[in-house]
Amino acid sequence: MIMAIFALSLDLLVGHTGLVSLGHAAYFGLASYVLALISPKYEAASLLLTLPLAIVLAALAALVIGFLVVRTTGVYFIMATLAFAQMLYSVFHDTKLGGGSDGIYITVRPEFTVFGIKPLDLESPVQFYYFVLLVLIGVYVLLSRVLHAPFGRALAGIKANESRMRSIGFPVFVYKLGAFVLAGALAGLAGYLAACQFGFVNPEILAWHHSGTALMMVILGGMGKLHGAVLGAFAYVLLQEFLSAPALLGTYAKHWQLAMGSLIVLVVLALPNGLAGLLDRRGVSGSTSKDLE
Amino acid sequence: MTDPILQVRGLSKHFGGLAAVDDVSLDVAVGELHAIIGPNGAGKTTLINVLSGDLSPSAGSVLFRGTEMAHLAPERRSRLGVGRSYQKVNIFPVFDALENCRLAAQSRESRPLNWLRDAMSYESVLENARRALAAVGLRNRAAVTAATLSHGEQRQLEIAMSLATDPKLLLLDEPLAGMGAEETLNMVKLIGELTKTHAILLVEHDMDAVFRLAQVLTVMVSGKILATGAPEMIRANREVQRAYLGGTDESL
Repeated sequence: MIMAIFALSLDLLVGHTGLVSLGHAAYFGLASYVLALISPKYEAASLLLTLPLAIVLAALAALVIGFLVVRTTGVYFIMATLAFAQMLYSVFHDTKLGGGSDGIYITVRPEFTVFGIKPLDLESPVQFYYFVLLVLIGVYVLLSRVLHAPFGRALAGIKANESRMRSIGFPVFVYKLGAFVLAGALAGLAGYLAACQFGFVNPEILAWHHSGTALMMVILGGMGKLHGAVLGAFAYVLLQEFLSAPALLGTYAKHWQLAMGSLIVLVVLALPNGLAGLLDRRGVSGSTSKDLE
Repeated sequence: MTDPILQVRGLSKHFGGLAAVDDVSLDVAVGELHAIIGPNGAGKTTLINVLSGDLSPSAGSVLFRGTEMAHLAPERRSRLGVGRSYQKVNIFPVFDALENCRLAAQSRESRPLNWLRDAMSYESVLENARRALAAVGLRNRAAVTAATLSHGEQRQLEIAMSLATDPKLLLLDEPLAGMGAEETLNMVKLIGELTKTHAILLVEHDMDAVFRLAQVLTVMVSGKILATGAPEMIRANREVQRAYLGGTDESL
């Protein structure tokens, strides 16, 4: 579910604005590290304090990086986002800042009690599960609102025909940057939750493999469709569990990435609109279809 | 005749050693249609692209309603009141016709970054979009996906998108290209109507239409202005006849 939030945030860029980012894990990882670094050693950090801080810092990073990379297009955009993410990766990988080089940094008890009457105890797996589910629903609703608002429609226009958007008077750069920052903030939200769940962070969550995983989820589920991103994330995680289970596949389980890769190739070939496209095929097609030009 | 709202002075655009637009100066006023004719490769489309901001000029000045805009980005010019159509249809093919215009109208909203409210709830924006569609005669085609409109309808839609941004100056690049006889007739009528309330710079190969619509004609050859004047004067100009009108251009 956390990966679904991450995939949703990436779909805003890839599927709805036409910006393919290979550095989206940077904001995810950054927020994770924020939590890890500011958590006190032996007691719980405050959710109300650290969550907004992590999101704001992720958004801020997206603003700075976006300000530079959004000027580029196509392959250059992919490379620029990748480069910035790898720079962040290096910072946490090669300096002591992130609690040692590539060694694992363990947050001491990422337990969270919401201030006041403590409405829910995130230490309890069940309550944490429902908390994440609630956040996922919230992000989904937020994004579907955004996409139907003038801002989101403008993003769709940019994806469809960027130069025409300029000639009818849209400051395209501002819109793209806005999308980049919003996506970064939501990725930060996902990263924060991931750090809570696993209780440790390492530089790999900043690395481009992680960005690539999210991108595969988006493609698997169907670009440009919010439920596609969610579907893709669930399908990916389930497939990974299945394909890497030695109990089921014996020694082949070690090579789960081979099978996963083949499956994704199959999906791309057979279902150009992803799993969501398969579901939608019965429903109305037409003006909402977002075929790639 | 009112004062010109567009004043172009000494405008040039070089591509390497080629001067596609070479020292061009011209004026356009509201209520006036200024047509540019000339053989293929004369630099007419390049001139439009430089005026719209899609290309930036090598030299010269473009004064629009008192603002120097020679080096402004296209979106800034659009906001100043410059609308354009493209030689090749340039629309949002995946959206329906109304949404194409609605987006154009939305660019005039003062709160463009509203993130949450449904775009369809902005009545004034929708109203402008519908009015623009109706103006070009596409009222009944509002819900049709733009990609499936006929070629002529797509050209009309393109003009409607410009109109939805409420421009003062229209830059029309061959709006009649590839149109059938009846579509041409409608488009000529529409452009004639628009001339009353807009300043229009028209690039067109259809000489019948040009001579019917234009108050001022400029002939361009090899990036330079060969002659400017009233249509009758141009028709009588022997140099123009030799270079263009009596030449090999098949559109005559």
